[in-house]
Amino acid sequence: MAILEVTGLKVYFHTRNGVVKAVDDVSFSVDSGETLAIVGESGSGKSVTCYSLLDLLPKPPAKIEGGMALFDGKDLLTCTPEEMRQHRCNDIAVIFQDPMTSLNPFLTIGEQLIEPLIYHPDKEQVQTRVEAKKNAVALLDEVGIIDSHARFDCYPHEFSGGMRQRVMIAMALITEPKLLICDEPTTALDVTIQAQILKLIKKLQETRNVAVIFISHDLGVVAGIADKVLVMCDGTIRESGDTDNIFYKTQNDYTKKLLAAIPEGAKTQPNRTKSDETLIEVTHLKTYFKNQLNTNKNEENRFIKAVDDVSLKISRGEILGLVGESGSGKSTLGRSILQLAPTTAGSVKFEGEILTGLNAKKLVPWRRKMQMIFQDPYASLNPRMTVFQTLSEPLLYHGIANKKNIASQVRQLMDDVGLSQNQLRKYPHEFSGGQRQRIAIGRAIATKPEFIIADEPVSALDVTIQAQILDLILELVERHNLTMMFISHDLSVVRYISDRVVIMNRGVIIEQGDTEELWAAPKQDYTKELLAAIHMLIQSQNALE
Amino acid sequence: MTDVIVEGGSSLWKDAWIKLSKNRLALFGLAVLILLIGISLLTPLIAPYGYEAQNLDMGATPPSLQHWLGTDIFGRDMLTRIMYGGRVSLMVGFIATAVALVIGILWGAIAGFFGGRLDAIMMRIVDVLYALPFMIFIILLMVVFGRNILLLFLAIGAVEWLTMARIVRSQVMSLRNQEFVEAANSLGLSQWTIIRRHIIPNTLGPVIVYTTLTIPSVMLLEAFLSFLGLGIQPPESSWGLLINYGVETMEEFPWLLIFPGIALSLTLFALNFLGDGLRDALDPRTSKD
Repeated sequence: MAILEVTGLKVYFHTRNGVVKAVDDVSFSVDSGETLAIVGESGSGKSVTCYSLLDLLPKPPAKIEGGMALFDGKDLLTCTPEEMRQHRCNDIAVIFQDPMTSLNPFLTIGEQLIEPLIYHPDKEQVQTRVEAKKNAVALLDEVGIIDSHARFDCYPHEFSGGMRQRVMIAMALITEPKLLICDEPTTALDVTIQAQILKLIKKLQETRNVAVIFISHDLGVVAGIADKVLVMCDGTIRESGDTDNIFYKTQNDYTKKLLAAIPEGAKTQPNRTKSDETLIEVTHLKTYFKNQLNTNKNEENRFIKAVDDVSLKISRGEILGLVGESGSGKSTLGRSILQLAPTTAGSVKFEGEILTGLNAKKLVPWRRKMQMIFQDPYASLNPRMTVFQTLSEPLLYHGIANKKNIASQVRQLMDDVGLSQNQLRKYPHEFSGGQRQRIAIGRAIATKPEFIIADEPVSALDVTIQAQILDLILELVERHNLTMMFISHDLSVVRYISDRVVIMNRGVIIEQGDTEELWAAPKQDYTKELLAAIHMLIQSQNALE
Repeated sequence: MTDVIVEGGSSLWKDAWIKLSKNRLALFGLAVLILLIGISLLTPLIAPYGYEAQNLDMGATPPSLQHWLGTDIFGRDMLTRIMYGGRVSLMVGFIATAVALVIGILWGAIAGFFGGRLDAIMMRIVDVLYALPFMIFIILLMVVFGRNILLLFLAIGAVEWLTMARIVRSQVMSLRNQEFVEAANSLGLSQWTIIRRHIIPNTLGPVIVYTTLTIPSVMLLEAFLSFLGLGIQPPESSWGLLINYGVETMEEFPWLLIFPGIALSLTLFALNFLGDGLRDALDPRTSKD
């Protein structure tokens, strides 16, 4: 019997601009020990569906307009707040996307873990502190926290992202729920960690026989874990069925589009006219930061070596992929090359000219030649400047355009990045993530640079948008004869776009080589591990071909 | 707004004005302020009596047809005194706040943006000024410079910009690490351009709210300073002074407190409506309708 049976769920948002049908007539069911994946792009209503079950939506504007959600035979949508609290305490748990912000930084993780046990609203189920601690430590062991006894009293900041997500999973499971809702639990994590967390969720589900609803935008992640898949778009179900059916036998156009958007395989347009001229030369570059936490005078640990003795060359016209997990120093390397982060030692040469050590004024002419595209299109645009102002700023500042021809130049830029010209007067918040990234790209190419560093430019975007932006970047590189360093943690994206790859870990270069050669025969253990991690995620895609 | 492409696009301030003009409450606030300022400017021409004209026979009479808002204990017309008082109060309120605003924003923005040692030095100066007892500071000023209306602005400005600098600095410090600032850096913009174009406009929300709170408090501070002997002296008047005297005779002659109180409250309401309207108008993220 299904533990949760949702029929005809409708959730509408009543906003000033009219009614938004966030969830429109959605039905599904989950059995114990079964995993249902809800897949869709942002705004598809996948999270709203699940949050409405737990009454976690802000009301108003949200309003449940119809439908039933039978959990163990009782309707979740019509129960009293007190009953809902009981459900949340005992039966249904949620794991949120970002483990960094969903733990309280002022409480030890132990304290947060035992909270639901010692403050249980049902008096009979309240446990003493000692009992609760025993249970919590056992659970921490189960989710793979090493030395769980000692770690019980640590604060969240003392854990890495992956470890925090393990703690979050332990928190979700501590009340032994029957249904676990995972809202993009691995999106904020590195690939190798992602694979571990997915394995853990799968294992716990089997041993504890809980039902899991797994929300994700990433079909690759879903393939390895789900029994059933629900594809959502614009609040409606586009397709639902067994994982195998969805992945191998889909007839639905939208699902096909989603599957096609996953970057896979080699670069479609292999090397363009590749010159031997070296554009960027980095020699023995070191960027150290003072370690604020370390109080003892130990020489060895006084600095955080974000970039430690890195040497590399980038030829004109090439796209170099820089891969590494978070904390590997890849972003710092990018910023150091652009002289946005102060370097400690070594040199960066651009067209033979040494940039390290130049002061801000002398750098200005070079700044024009090298630009950056940032990861988060929500943070990289000034919220109080219109698109026109954002795009005209570099043109006017560097004297590329004057007051008379600025309007036509900005329009040209809008055309270049595929934005409509009548959107010039809008502010960033009026655009979607993909459009914002187009604006940011427009700003980067405005000065007609020769070299662009793209720092995870697509990792904050939906898969289908991701593919569009990647194609836009490739097209612009071609048209403007750009050289690019493409920083990413996502190996499939890097493989799709770059000619050559550099793998970085802990501030040093592990391995580098032509993309396809490196994919076929990685030499270092670390590279093999990275590639293996994505292999697990894309195993089913390979069968597709 | 239409989708017509306008040459040169639009700017934050133009859009802000369009939005503000659709906010009735803010427009009402603006209208009241303009009215008050207009009355103050024209006071010498339209006031029914002289501000020091006494009529001792009429000592402290309640509102009547002859004296609409009554008279004080010396028989001076309250309406006239409130009108003249408004001149001083509004001038002190706006000018001293404007001084505090300019110094505070620049100081805070520079300290917050550059950080490090410069920030430490600048903020310690702020701390020292904070710690200086206000009374001693005032007495010192009076001993050195004597009595002077300019000192009033100096004294008030010296106190009020400190808090502004703190607020702006904390805002700027969180803005400094935003990616759009780094993007501006990588475009090679000068530090000053970045502060002016990218940093300061994004601090406006809290600054405007704080400003609307500062203006009335500055008006009351002026009363306190006048009471100490710095600032203006009877028979001249200001709203703060009138309220001070009104409090003393509140039980016998309540109109001496009520009417200046209404004048100050009206200004305060108007400022708050306008301030809230401005804050929303200057934030493009609030919806355009």
